[in-house]
Amino acid sequence: MPGHSDPGFDTLALHAGAAPDPATGARAVPIHLTTSFVFDSSEHAASLFNMERSGHVYSRISNPTNAVLEERVAALEGGVGAIATASGQAALHLAVCTLAGAGAHIVSSSALYGGSHNLLHYTLSRFGIETTFVHPGDLDGWRAAIRPQTTLLFGETLGNPGLDVLDIPGVAAIAHDRGLPLLVDSTFTTPWLMRPFEHGADLLFHSATKFLSGHGTVIGGVLVDSGRFDWEAAHARNARFASLVQPYEGFHGMVFSEESTVGAFLLRARREGLRDFGACMSPHTAWLILQGIETLPLRMARHVENARKVVAFLDAHPMVDSVAYPELPGHPSHALARRLLPRGCGSVFSFNLRGSRRQGVAFIEALKIFSHLANVGDCRSLVIHPASTTHFRMDDAALARAGITAGTIRLSIGLEEPDDLLDDLQRALKAAQKAGA
Amino acid sequence: MRWQLHHPPGGGPAEAAYAYTGGRAGDTSLPCVVFVHGALNDHSVWTLCARWFAHHGYNVLAVDLPGHGRSDGAPRDSVEAMAQWLWALAEAAGVGEAALVGHSMGSLVALQAAALHPERVRRLVMVGTAYPMKVSSELLDAAREHPESAIDRVNAFSLSTLAAKPSYPGPGNWLHGANRILMRRLQSACTSVNLFERDFSACDRYGAGLQAAAQVCCPTHFILGERDQMTQPRHSEALAQALQATVHRLDAGHSLMAEAPDALLGALRTALA
Repeated sequence: MPGHSDPGFDTLALHAGAAPDPATGARAVPIHLTTSFVFDSSEHAASLFNMERSGHVYSRISNPTNAVLEERVAALEGGVGAIATASGQAALHLAVCTLAGAGAHIVSSSALYGGSHNLLHYTLSRFGIETTFVHPGDLDGWRAAIRPQTTLLFGETLGNPGLDVLDIPGVAAIAHDRGLPLLVDSTFTTPWLMRPFEHGADLLFHSATKFLSGHGTVIGGVLVDSGRFDWEAAHARNARFASLVQPYEGFHGMVFSEESTVGAFLLRARREGLRDFGACMSPHTAWLILQGIETLPLRMARHVENARKVVAFLDAHPMVDSVAYPELPGHPSHALARRLLPRGCGSVFSFNLRGSRRQGVAFIEALKIFSHLANVGDCRSLVIHPASTTHFRMDDAALARAGITAGTIRLSIGLEEPDDLLDDLQRALKAAQKAGA
Repeated sequence: MRWQLHHPPGGGPAEAAYAYTGGRAGDTSLPCVVFVHGALNDHSVWTLCARWFAHHGYNVLAVDLPGHGRSDGAPRDSVEAMAQWLWALAEAAGVGEAALVGHSMGSLVALQAAALHPERVRRLVMVGTAYPMKVSSELLDAAREHPESAIDRVNAFSLSTLAAKPSYPGPGNWLHGANRILMRRLQSACTSVNLFERDFSACDRYGAGLQAAAQVCCPTHFILGERDQMTQPRHSEALAQALQATVHRLDAGHSLMAEAPDALLGALRTALA
C-alpha cells in the first residue's frame, strides 16, 4: 500500500484488518481475551461512550480481535464494515431486528436453512414480525408478496438444500423499486464464489461456522453492510426505516444516518442490537475463524473441484434418482448459476436416492469417510438426511416447497482425496442396493 | 440541521444548506468551528471530532457542500465559489466568527473563506493539504471516462494501510470499503454534473492560494499525514511558510480523520485552544 487499487482477494484474505501488533510486534492476530479496556481518563471514557472517539469499551460491543475479523470479511465482500455475532442465526436475528419491529413484514425465499425458517415463521411471528415465503425463482411472487409493512426481502445465495440460485439482480431490482433492502445468507457461497453486493444485495450474513471457519471447530456469524442502500431516501418513500433516520432515544437521540452516510445500519446494529440482545462472538472464536479465512481461497477451490467429481459420479450412478447441483444442465438454476457463480456452486448439495427409507438408512450407515452430522462447510466430508434432521419441523408441503423429499440426502464435500470419497460413496450405494434386495 | 439560503451566492433560487451539528442543537453563543469536507466527501468524514467539539463547548457546523449529500444546489465549480457559499451558510446559521477546519479540497475552501473575511476567522486549520493542489490530467480523463475506476484509484491513494486502528467511526469498519462507497454514492446522487470531475478540477485550477494566505491574519495550523500520497507533506511547505503555520505531522495517509481519529483530535484541540 498504496497502489492503484485495493489488493486482490487472496491478499485481503491474509492481511485486511490486521497489521503487526504495535505493542509486541506479534505478526499473527493476537487474541484479546478481555472483557474490558482501560480508559485513559474520565474524559476519554465519556467521549468513547458518546461516540466522540473510536475505540473499545466492552467486548460485548467490540473487541480488537473481532474487529480484525469484521474488517476482513467486509473487505472480502466489498462492504463498508461488519459485525461478528455468536452464530449465523444471531447474525440473521441482528439484521432483522435492526430494521423491523412489531407490525413489520418480511418477504423471504422458501428455500431456506431450517433454522432460518424456524426463526422467521415461528419465533419472530410471536414478536409481531410476519414473513411471507415465496419460491426463490418466482419473481412475480416476490413482487406480489410485498405489503406496505414490508421492511426487508431475504433469501439464500444457494437455497438449502436444493441449491436454488437466488436471482439476486432480479430480486434486488424488485426490492429497490419499492425502497426496500435485500438481505442474503451467503454461507454456502462465501465471497470466493460470489460477492452478492456486486449483484445488488444490500446486506448479507454468513454462518461463519461453515466455510469461513472451515474446520468444524467454532460457531459464529458475521453480518456485513454494503453501505449502498440509501435509508433516508427509502424512508422518505415508504416510512419504513425510522430506526435509522430518526433520533434514537436509546443512544442520546442519535440519528444514525446522519452520523454515517454509509454505515448507519451497522451503527444501529452495534449500538442497539449487539448491546441489548448481546449475541456477541468470543475473541477466541474470531481468531479461529480468521485462521480459516487465511486459507479460504485455497480451500474453496479444492471444495469445488472435489464436489464436481462427486456430482459427476453420483449423476451417473443407477441408484441415484437425481442430483441437485446447479452446474448440471437439468438443474432449474443452471442458467443463473452460469451467470452468477462462474467459479462454481460450492460443495454442499443434495441428491435423491432410489429405493425405500430403509435403503437410505443403509446408505448413510455404510459410509466411513463421510461423517453423519448436522453441519456443512467442514474440511471433512459430511452427510445428513434433511427430512429427519435439519428440516424436521417443516410439514410435507413446506418440505416440498423447499425441494426436499424423504429420499433426499445432503452432502458437504470436504478436502479429502477425491478418489477416497468416490470409493466411500460406491461402497455405501452398494449397501443401499443390497438393503433393497 | 438545514438552513435556507434565500439568496445563494452566484444567484439562482433559494437553496437548503445542511450542516451536521455534532449530535447537539447548535448554540450561536458558543465559539463556532466549521468543518469542510474534501472532494467527493460529505460531513460524515468529520462526525467523531465534530461530536467531540460539540460536547466540549463549541458550536459545530460540519457542512455538506452544495451537491454533496444533503445540501441542495449545483456543486460549485471553483474553490472561490465554495468559499462564498460557506459564508452564506454561516450567515444563515447566525455565525459571526468561526474557526475554519478543512480537509483536502475543503482546506482550500477554508483558506479562501479566511481570506474573504479575515476579521471573522479565529483559527484556520488545513488538514491533508497541498498547494497548488494539482491533479493529473490522466486522473481527470479517467474521471470523465470511467469515474468508478477513478474513484477506486483515489481510494487506494487516500488510505495508507489495510489496518488502521481503531477504525472509523468505530471498530469493525473497513475504511477502504466505506470511503469507496461514500464516493460512489455521492457521485451517482449528483445527476447534474460529474461531481468527481468538478471537485478535482476545482482543486487543480485553484491558483489564489498565496494571495489568500496574504490576507489571513489568524493563527494557522497544518495537520498532515506522514504517508499521504494524495497531498504529500512536502507540497504544502511554501503555503505553510506563507501562512506561518504550525505544522502537525500524524502517522496516517490522506484520510487522516479515518486513519488517525485520536491523533487528529489531539492536533485539533491544540490548534483550536
